[in-house]
Amino acid sequence: MWSRDRYKQMAEAVAMLYVKALKDMPPDVRIALQNAEQGETAPIGKTILGTIRKNIGAADRENLLICQDTGTPVYFVQVGEYAEANPVAIERAIRQGTERATTSHPLRSSVVSPITRKNPQTNTGYRVPVIHWDFVEDRDDVEVVVVPKGSGSENMTYFRMLLPADGVLGIKRFVLESVVGSGGNPCPPVIVGVGIGGSSDLCMLLAKKAIIRPCGERNPDPEVAGLEADLLQAINASGLGPMGLGGINTALAVHVEHAATHISQNPVAVNIQCWAARRGRLTIRSTGDLAIGF
Amino acid sequence: MADYQLTTPLTDDVVMSLHVGDVVTVNGHIYGLRDATLIRMFDQKVDIPPDLTGAICLHTAPGVRLEEGRYVKVSVGTTTSTRMNRFTEGLLGQGVKAITGKGGLLEDSTKLLQAHHAVYLGLVGGTAASETLQIEEIEEMWWPDLMPECLWKFRVRDFGPLIVGIDAYGRNLYLETKQQALAVVKHMEM
Repeated sequence: MWSRDRYKQMAEAVAMLYVKALKDMPPDVRIALQNAEQGETAPIGKTILGTIRKNIGAADRENLLICQDTGTPVYFVQVGEYAEANPVAIERAIRQGTERATTSHPLRSSVVSPITRKNPQTNTGYRVPVIHWDFVEDRDDVEVVVVPKGSGSENMTYFRMLLPADGVLGIKRFVLESVVGSGGNPCPPVIVGVGIGGSSDLCMLLAKKAIIRPCGERNPDPEVAGLEADLLQAINASGLGPMGLGGINTALAVHVEHAATHISQNPVAVNIQCWAARRGRLTIRSTGDLAIGF
Repeated sequence: MADYQLTTPLTDDVVMSLHVGDVVTVNGHIYGLRDATLIRMFDQKVDIPPDLTGAICLHTAPGVRLEEGRYVKVSVGTTTSTRMNRFTEGLLGQGVKAITGKGGLLEDSTKLLQAHHAVYLGLVGGTAASETLQIEEIEEMWWPDLMPECLWKFRVRDFGPLIVGIDAYGRNLYLETKQQALAVVKHMEM
């Protein structure tokens, strides 16, 4: 089993990971934004994309946060079947790391009680950080992906239990109208996460999972990948554009994740990620070595 | 698309010279506020300490650090304005001449801005690193119990670019663009 020291190291690494994710944009998102700026035809859209890229440069140069929204801390943890780790201790390390990053940097605390609206100033609270678990065969490491999820985009979240007779066409229309109807609120150009199938709770989780995929990476299932390409083309043909002020870049990518569903259901969920699609990845190997990346 | 440099406080003449699509930068002072600040001002009707005549109000809740009893910037950016749409009338009643944030404001605010000779200036959402560098100093802060949703007074230098998203002539570039985009997708073959 992992030693007590390893969880201490993990908490430290999570604190570093959270701050790094807020400052250092993933390379795939940088490339997508560069391509968007080069291809943008609307003058205002081009100005906006240029401002976005200058901002990423300023964050790099001056060691600043990309966006003021430190987000809801959402973590995806993958535990290999041969990893001798204790999930309770992992959760504790993630919470400690998030709190430490918030108080020592310091970071704005964006997390409050939904009833009293009190802010504990730690970016944590009852049942937050949000932690999702996956268990993976044939691996002995533990991987933690953090997404400091910005609220401008999280507020633009949609879910509907469509009917089986609405088919894939109904899914496409729902996604398209949700994204375009959000206007400039989620900070386009966005990454659109789509969940299809499952139960209502799984469908929502799939949409969130879809946004952590490297920007523009296609679903391995060719039919799903085709759906992603169709949706991306349709969303960008809308002309909504960067920040909702017109242009050909409304979405950088559409990512679809799906699951089997009930014979009488056709669930679809949309979770939007802003252009500031921040994420960080911590890998803890069986040897105890830690690696931080994207 | 014209470029303008604005200095606060804003006058009606300056506001009336702006049209949707113009790009502006700001020098002078900007007041920061958001959900909890506006609830205190207009729902709880607490007296607003500073005079907001001619002011620019920014929808924000910055990240700050306390140094020798003063708040120092860590990250100052912006948030979605549509959430605070119902407070437009209150702000304009205080003499505010420009609201800035991201995502724009709705139809009723568009009419109010026109009636009060005021504008909405759109920041590029998410570009807090640049904006933090354009903030010279946090000069004052009121209502620390709302941290980080206090009322802030920032001194800014070349703050922007800000895009005139709603002008004082009743045009709203956010709503116009969204309506056009929705019309395009309505008839789209899928």
